Amino acid sequence: MTRTHPLLAAWAWLVYAFLYLPILVLIVFSFNESRFGAEWTGFTTKWYGVLLGRADVRAALGHTLQVALLSTLVSTVLGTLTGLGLWRYTSRARAALSTLLVLPIVIPDVVMGVMLLMFYAAVRAGLERAGWTFDNGFWTVLLAHVTFQISYVALTVRSRLSGYGPELEEAARDLGASAWQSFWRVVLPLAWPGVLAGALLAFTLSLDDFVVTYFTSGSGFQTLPVLIYTNVKRGVTPDINALSTLLILVTVVAVLVANALLRPRRKA
Amino acid sequence: MTPRRFLATLGPGVLWLLAFLVLPALIMLGYSFLTRTDLAQVGPPWTLESWGRVIGYDALFQEWTGDNLRVLWRSVWVAGLSTALCVLLGYPLAFYIARQDARRRQLLLLLLIIPFWTNFLIRVYAWIILLRPFDLVPSLTATLLGMVYAFLPFFVLPVYASVEKVNWSLWEAAQDLGAPPARAFWSAVVPQTWPGLVAGILLTFIPALGTFVVSDLLGGAKTALVGNLVQNQFGQAGDWPYGSALSFLLMGLVLLGLWAYARVAGRRGLEELV
Repeated sequence: MTRTHPLLAAWAWLVYAFLYLPILVLIVFSFNESRFGAEWTGFTTKWYGVLLGRADVRAALGHTLQVALLSTLVSTVLGTLTGLGLWRYTSRARAALSTLLVLPIVIPDVVMGVMLLMFYAAVRAGLERAGWTFDNGFWTVLLAHVTFQISYVALTVRSRLSGYGPELEEAARDLGASAWQSFWRVVLPLAWPGVLAGALLAFTLSLDDFVVTYFTSGSGFQTLPVLIYTNVKRGVTPDINALSTLLILVTVVAVLVANALLRPRRKA
Repeated sequence: MTPRRFLATLGPGVLWLLAFLVLPALIMLGYSFLTRTDLAQVGPPWTLESWGRVIGYDALFQEWTGDNLRVLWRSVWVAGLSTALCVLLGYPLAFYIARQDARRRQLLLLLLIIPFWTNFLIRVYAWIILLRPFDLVPSLTATLLGMVYAFLPFFVLPVYASVEKVNWSLWEAAQDLGAPPARAFWSAVVPQTWPGLVAGILLTFIPALGTFVVSDLLGGAKTALVGNLVQNQFGQAGDWPYGSALSFLLMGLVLLGLWAYARVAGRRGLEELV
C-alpha cells in the first residue's frame, strides 16, 4: 500500500518546504557579507570568526554543557528510581504520583520559571536572616532543570518496563537473589534502554531550555539559548546566524547518530 | 510494599518534586494574595486585588476594564488558530508518511525530527530572518506562522503514531459496502486516529497558550498574550502578586484542557499522552 494521491504528495512536500525554508535562509545568511538588512552582498565566513572570538559565547557554551551534563546525571538517577517505583507499586498512591509527575510536563514553562524565581527569592530571604546568601546562577538553573527532567525520565523508564510484571522481581527473589542483586541483575538491565532514552531526552531538554533558565539564571549566568534571546532582542546580528547554523549542524549530526544507534535494536 | 523500599525508589523523586514544584506553587499562591511594595518587593497587607485584576477589575479606578480579558481571549484564539493550522498541515502529512515504504518512511520521519530537535529559540529566530524583508515582524501573522512552525512536529508525531496503526481493511470494507471513498475515510479511518489527533491537538494547544517567546520575538507589544503579561510582571512591571495570579489563571486553563482530554480519552489516555 504505497500508492498515494499526487495531491497528498504535493501537500506533504509543501509542509516539508515550510519546515526547512527558514532553516535554509538562516544558514545562507550566516555567509552573507552584509552586516545589516536582508540583501545579499557577497559570500563570507567572517561571522564564524567573529563568533569564535566572543568570550560570552564560549562562556555560555560552557555553562550550557555543564548544566546539561550534571542535571542529566542527577535526573536520570532520580527519574529511574521513580520510574521503577511507579512500575513496582500498583496502589492508589500511584494515581497521585502520576499526577505529580505529569505536572512539570504540562505546566507552561513560563509558569514553572516564575514559580521557581519566587521560590528562590523566598529561600534567599529566609537564608539572609541566618546570615547566608546566594545568587541565582549555576546552582539555581541546575536544580530547576532537574525538576522538569525527572518526570520525562521516570515516565520513559516506566513505559519501558510496562510490558513486564512485578513478578519478575519476585521470581528473582525466590531464586535466592537479594533485593540489591535483583535490582542490578534483573530489573536494571531490562529498564536500561528506557534509562538511556530518558537520559537522552533529559539532556536535549536541558540544552533546549530557554524559558526556565531565563527566569532562574540571574544576570551573571547565561546559557546559549539565553544568549541568543538577549542578542536577538537587541537586533539581528550575523554572528548569531553563524551560531544558529552551528547548533543546527550539531542537531543534525546528533539525530543521525541517535538514529544509527537505535536502528539495530529495533527488535528490542 | 515496605516503607523502606518505598523510600528507596519513589522517595527521592517525590521529595524533589515536593521541594521544587509543590512548595514553589504554594509560595506562588501566597504571593498572589500579597501587595507589591517598592522595588519589586512584596509584603502585607493580604489582599484579593491581584485576583480581581486577573478578571478585569481595576482597583485604582474601581471599575471593570476589558484589557485583561482581551489579552486572555486573544491568547485562546491565537493558540486555537495555530492548532487548527497544524491540523490542516499535519494531518495529511501523517497519512503521506504512513503510506510510504519502510525506507522512505524512515527518511521522512528523520526529516520531521530534525526541526523538532533544533533549538526552539533558533526556530523562532529563523522566522525573523525570513520575514524581515517583508516587513512582517512584528505582527500577528508572524506570531501565528512562528507558532505553527514551532509546534507542528509536536502535532505530527503523535498523529503519525496512530495513523500508522490504522487498519485499512476497514476502509476497503466500507467501500465494498457502497460508501464513496471520502465517506469511507471519514467513518472508517478518522475514528481510528482519534487518540493521536486529540493528543496532537493538546500537545500543540497547551504550549501555544503558554508561550511568551514566539509572541515576544515575532508579535510585538500590540499582540501580547497571557505569557507576555506574566513575563512582564516579573520583568519591567515588577508586580509579582499580579504575575502570580495570572500564572494561576494560565495553569487553570491548561488543567481545564487536560481535564477535558481525560474525559474523552480516560485516565490511561492521560498517562500515555506524556
